[in-house]
Amino acid sequence: MSQLTEIVEQALQAIEGTDDLKALDELRVDYLGKKGKITDMMKMMGKLSAEEKPAFGQAVNQAKQAVQQKLSERIDGLKSAELEAKLAAESIDVTLPGRRIDNGGLHPVTRTIERIETFFGELGFSVKQGPEIEDDFHNFDALNISEHHPARADHDTFYFNPKLMLRTQTSGVQIRTMENEKPPLRIISPGRVYRNDYDQTHTPMFHQVEGLLVDEQVNFAELKGILHDFLRNFFEEDLQVRFRPSYFPFTEPSAEVDVMGKNGKWLEVLGCGMVHPNVLRSVGIDPEKYQGFAFGMGVERLSMLRYGVNDLRSFFENDLRFLKQFK
Amino acid sequence: MKFSESWLREWVNPSVTREELSHQITMAGLEVDGIDAVAGEFSGVIIGEVVECSQHPDADKLRVTKINVGQDELIDIVCGAPNCRLGLKVAVAMVGAVLPGDFKIKKAKLRGQPSFGMLCSYGELGIDIESDGIIELPLDAPIGTDVREYLDLDDAVIDVDLTANRADCLGMVGLAREVGVLNRQAVTEPTWEAVTATITDAVVIDNKAPAACPRYLGRVVKNINVKAQTPVWMQEKLRRSGIRSIDPIVDITNYVLIEFGQPMHAFDLATLNGDIVVRLADGEEKLTLLDGNEITVPADTLVIADQQQALALAGVFGGEASGVGAQTQDILLECAFFAPLAIMGKSRRLGLHTDSSHRFERGVDPELQAKVMDRATRLVLDICGGEAGPVVESKSDEHLPKPVSITLRRSKLDRVLGHHIADNDVTEILQRLGFIVEAIDGAWNVTTATYRFDMAIEEDLIEEVARIYGYNNIPNTAPIAALRMPDHKESDIDLKRVRAMLVARGFQEAVTYSFVDPKQQALIHPDAPAMILPNPISVEMSAMRLSMFTGLLTAVGYNQSRQQNRVRLFETGLRFVPDETAESQVRQQPMLGAVISGNQNDEHWSMESKTVDFFDLKGDLEAIIGLTVSDEEFTFRSASHPALHPGQCAEILRNDRVIGVIGAVHPSLEKPFGLNGKTIIFELELDALLHASLPLAQAVSKFPANRRDIAIVVDEQVSAGNVINLIRKVGENQLVGLNLFDVYQGKGVEPGKKSLAIALTLQDNARTLEEKEIAEMVEKVVSELKSEFNALLRD
Repeated sequence: MSQLTEIVEQALQAIEGTDDLKALDELRVDYLGKKGKITDMMKMMGKLSAEEKPAFGQAVNQAKQAVQQKLSERIDGLKSAELEAKLAAESIDVTLPGRRIDNGGLHPVTRTIERIETFFGELGFSVKQGPEIEDDFHNFDALNISEHHPARADHDTFYFNPKLMLRTQTSGVQIRTMENEKPPLRIISPGRVYRNDYDQTHTPMFHQVEGLLVDEQVNFAELKGILHDFLRNFFEEDLQVRFRPSYFPFTEPSAEVDVMGKNGKWLEVLGCGMVHPNVLRSVGIDPEKYQGFAFGMGVERLSMLRYGVNDLRSFFENDLRFLKQFK
Repeated sequence: MKFSESWLREWVNPSVTREELSHQITMAGLEVDGIDAVAGEFSGVIIGEVVECSQHPDADKLRVTKINVGQDELIDIVCGAPNCRLGLKVAVAMVGAVLPGDFKIKKAKLRGQPSFGMLCSYGELGIDIESDGIIELPLDAPIGTDVREYLDLDDAVIDVDLTANRADCLGMVGLAREVGVLNRQAVTEPTWEAVTATITDAVVIDNKAPAACPRYLGRVVKNINVKAQTPVWMQEKLRRSGIRSIDPIVDITNYVLIEFGQPMHAFDLATLNGDIVVRLADGEEKLTLLDGNEITVPADTLVIADQQQALALAGVFGGEASGVGAQTQDILLECAFFAPLAIMGKSRRLGLHTDSSHRFERGVDPELQAKVMDRATRLVLDICGGEAGPVVESKSDEHLPKPVSITLRRSKLDRVLGHHIADNDVTEILQRLGFIVEAIDGAWNVTTATYRFDMAIEEDLIEEVARIYGYNNIPNTAPIAALRMPDHKESDIDLKRVRAMLVARGFQEAVTYSFVDPKQQALIHPDAPAMILPNPISVEMSAMRLSMFTGLLTAVGYNQSRQQNRVRLFETGLRFVPDETAESQVRQQPMLGAVISGNQNDEHWSMESKTVDFFDLKGDLEAIIGLTVSDEEFTFRSASHPALHPGQCAEILRNDRVIGVIGAVHPSLEKPFGLNGKTIIFELELDALLHASLPLAQAVSKFPANRRDIAIVVDEQVSAGNVINLIRKVGENQLVGLNLFDVYQGKGVEPGKKSLAIALTLQDNARTLEEKEIAEMVEKVVSELKSEFNALLRD
């Protein structure tokens, strides 16, 4: 028995003194393998008396277990030390920049149009598009602007010929929609429009969003309400708004809408009015049955106010240093 | 229209401040654009008379004067103005006066001569009148009176931006009427002593165009002095209306133009040959206008002629030959009503736009001519002397505009405004506007006024009521409409989704002009005709774009020349392709264009810096195509395009229709567009892109998938796309994955050949594929590739 104790003592010391997984395995074979020292002790069982056997067997088993446990502990210890060392070697500088694809951005004009589309889309207005090279019927005649109407001269139109031009407003889209669809109608038409004018405050191309609502009961107070809500939403401010009588051949009554700027001055941001009965008639809608309101706004003007852009021309230079500010 | 506030207040003088007045009329639809002082800030300037004026002993250009300012002693002032002379009434800045710019007048000595003040010019008082010397006041100007008071210089010029419908406000009479309405005040018209004819001289008026000229008044005034001085009060009122003083006759016609909004004209009677004929031009005759330009008068233009020739473009411009000049003694005054339709468009066609045509084409009160003729004659007689003949009138009642009768229904008024305005208020507003109002059951019968050309229908009256009531007194309400769900198609791809994807992939959206430089565009589309604007802003902005390429490449060059080397831009918008079969002979197609240049990534510590190539942009494009869930409908086919590299250019097809093009920009375009390095660009028809298939779910196979890699060698001309298509066809349902993972040329592969490594993933839905079946399938693929492309398996 003392021999067994000695062997176990030896084994435990040897295991403790080893810090190599392979050497540990050799030790396992040495002590616990088929010809191992502790396994050999088991073979001595045959020489023992029946009374001695159980106690001896138990002792050997305990010795086996003790060595086995020591081995396992040692292996686990070594493995986790190894892992720790590996992980320590793998540490990185987490503050280095990642491999990202920088976001681009929408043009501020598109961004503004998308916001406007959202506001009106939630009220059931659908978005309509139309041609930019437009005929005089859709750009002028159907909008109650006769051939020699002074309002035509105010438009600085780019003509290709007297019948064909770059649209000066997106209202032609409204006419086309009314030609093809029956009331009730709720549409907005965003897009490029063109005027022959180029200076600090005018570019020959700019963007408008026009809206149209035609229904049996629709009135001026509602037009005021919807635009008031729109402007409050657009600027996210409860700013002062005023409706000022104005004149457009295609609406009656007509109004321009001003908001109070940060400098204490009124700024015109919208034109609107009740659709002129001649416009409804020109597309075959009975003005006694239906009424409508329409409004139009300059997208660049709104974007400038919203984002603090000072020079209108910067919208069309496509300078990345400008565009990248709109993420 | 600019007008003087104090002139307005002569007509109607509500007790409101200048700012309140300006706000009032703005909110009534006459938008005030600006308010300007008529003179600078100054004080201590009074009227004096030059009672002595002699040459300065030591200075050629100076005069030594003594000025009587109504005080006990005369004042010594040295003056350098060339027009300084004895007897002149002048504006004297006394010692202690402060002139604009905080300029204080002190005692001084000029070349040894004492000077106790200064004789002022208009400019020195901040008054915008051109003159060579000091102010010359009328001889009856009262000595000692403050100049500010005498010239009414605390006045302001108010500039209103009138809309095209409010012709009635193109004169003081209309502005005053409007202010009267807004303030519930009566308007006081100016009064004058009516003119009675003292001579019998008259001109016969032969009106051959009564529809265009329903009323024409003529009056002869003889023996006038055209060299008379226009009175200062008139000059000042004209100046404050933005009109320069010319000579008394022109000034008088301009004065009544501003006063009553009625244009007039004066002919030199001596130049006329016989009767006045009002007629349409024959299309041949020439006329030299007052500005010296000779024009051929287009047919159907209304002219005022004599027996021999056209004298003036009626209502637009006078003729040089018949104009009033320094020698004129006798004149014929014209005061007419020309129908708006006869004037509209005519002056613009000739490139002429005058104060007169501006008013006639918008509408002048047809009942005003007799009054204004009398007013103008009175002014001529008072200022220039002379004797007036009788007024000769030619009129056609049939063609004169009549007051319009309109019924305004209470129900319509409420329905349009969405707000109830009390009966009394409605009646009162309409009456104040000068309309005749009869209240009947549930409506008003309204007879409008002849000066309101914008009153034709019920809605016009509704606007008038709302306008005077105040738009801002109408509440804001929420629209009420039936809730109807609009149609939405899941298979429509929202353009927003495409834009969002490009933004997420690092693209910045550009907006370039739809018109481009035709020369630049011709480099990209050498043989394609574009729509050209006849009157562009500049030649560089005159051709409608045929593609997104010109704008995008210009934007790339613009940015590269500003140290922005990595450029990723996209744009959506229309291209304009002439097409006989399209509406208006032009196909207006929504397109998506994108361009990249510079490095694949911004410089990064752990990524390789690599210049972009074709496949970078193709990858972006494929990602967009992926949105359609129908990638297999799209193919790329090698193609050529004048703007693109001949070996790096592909057409994009969807279901075998070409819908776009992608490629590397041709090196020959790099210089003209200022491009630096390789640039890749594509353009795609949006209509062809923006519809997707709906996902159709398939059961996932429960059986294992098997991957087999093959490497084949083919001629380098064989396109990978065709190889892949063939394999897909052969593989049918069992081929669930196909990936070309390597392309190799070089050692081990014959020159002129390339090796393609392809991974095939095979799987069956119903069972586990046996090794034998897999081998057979691979064998079949290889043998088809061999027969189709002469492909050999690479060892």
